[in-house]
Amino acid sequence: MTSVGATVKEPGSSVKNKTGSWRTFKPILDKEKCIDCVNCILFCPEGCINKDYDIDYDYCKGCGICAEECPVEAIKMERE
Amino acid sequence: MDIPEKEFLAPGHRACAGCGATIGVRLALKMLGENTVAVSATGCLEVITTPYPETSWKIPWIHVAFENAGAVASGVERALKAQGKDDVTVVAFAGDGGTADIGLQSLSGAMERGHNLIYICYDNEAYMNTGVQRSGATPYGASTTTSPHGKESFGENKPKKNIPMIMAAHGVPYVATASISYPEDFMKKVQKAKEIEGPAYIHLHQPCTTGWGYDPSKTIELGRLAVETGSWLLYEIEEGEFKITYRPLERKPVNVYLEAQKRFKHLADKEKEKIQNYVDQVCAELKI
Ligand SMILES: Cc1ncc(C[n+]2csc(CCOP(=O)(O)OP(=O)(O)O)c2C)c(N)n1
Ligand code: SF4
Ligand code: SF4
Ligand code: SF4
Ligand SMILES: [Mg+2]
Repeated sequence: MTSVGATVKEPGSSVKNKTGSWRTFKPILDKEKCIDCVNCILFCPEGCINKDYDIDYDYCKGCGICAEECPVEAIKMERE
Repeated sequence: MDIPEKEFLAPGHRACAGCGATIGVRLALKMLGENTVAVSATGCLEVITTPYPETSWKIPWIHVAFENAGAVASGVERALKAQGKDDVTVVAFAGDGGTADIGLQSLSGAMERGHNLIYICYDNEAYMNTGVQRSGATPYGASTTTSPHGKESFGENKPKKNIPMIMAAHGVPYVATASISYPEDFMKKVQKAKEIEGPAYIHLHQPCTTGWGYDPSKTIELGRLAVETGSWLLYEIEEGEFKITYRPLERKPVNVYLEAQKRFKHLADKEKEKIQNYVDQVCAELKI
């Protein structure tokens, strides 16, 4: 395959860069309280909350959007 | 609304914590799906998602210059067509600078020629990637590094350029405004843009923690305040028919939006009043 300019051939390869190290505050999600509104999934800039509401701390930057947008306060930010 | 689970923007990207641009792109790609080619103009989105030799994109993606996303997306669309690949969606993402300023002519050309593509302007209201310089889409009163407030200046002294209406004036089949804080409204519009034959333009309002000056956790709240105060309007124009897609129950005073951001903190009551009057006038015209 001919490469023109700079070509990156591995889709989604930024996963090598674990941005979790940026975090100061860590979101802790209480599944008992969760009402399945999916706000946290939709609004996470990293897309690192899966459909079972597990947060991937390898990438979570600790922005706090999920906690802010959770209507039932099921997510708490804790200092690491 | 059924929201596809699959993600096409991988984590590990270098966006500031709480970046609104990445939220917007994630949501758009969910609707566009796998069979999509994306083009990005230079700007934050390109820089944060493709630190060589890595990429966050899980679909084919091309980085182009600051000024030619419209032209390159046109070329991609024609090339796919020539290959008989009529089922591939072509989407261009460009910032407000790349859209309202330097890329306006190439975008206008693409719209005029009637290519079957979607152009999404992610609008953070300044040149963020290069350190918060004003763009044509910077709102009145905002302090940026090239419209700084001080003794002689209250910040940006021109109103925000109305790009969606300039696009509508091209007579294209679909134009819409959107906000990352109203994801269903935005995603429905992306779906429509995908289904429509011909050019579609979506202007996506996207708060930026770094450039606007607010806590990263408030990105969605800021986008919401923009809409709830009437500072940003959600509408679509389908085949020439204008429709407001979201109406705040009760419009909040613009001040609550302005005071939540460092870029407007310096504003005197006189300027704030001017902004409120302007918003009132626009909302009265549109019956919001
Ligand atoms: C012709 C040209 N001039 C200037 C630049 C430097 N430059 C890179 S990105 C950028 C600003 C981008 O602003 P915008 O389109 O609003 O995107 P954002 O960074 O805000 O996402 C500028 C001025 C460039 N790359 N090319
Ligand atoms: S804190 Fe931010 S990055 Fe971490 S999971 Fe919540 S929304 Fe995502
Ligand atoms: S935002 Fe809160 S309630 Fe909604 S899905 Fe996430 S944890 Fe559950
Ligand atoms: S400067 Fe703004 S738009 Fe750019 S990556 Fe940071 S938060 Fe996102
Ligand atoms: Mg910008």
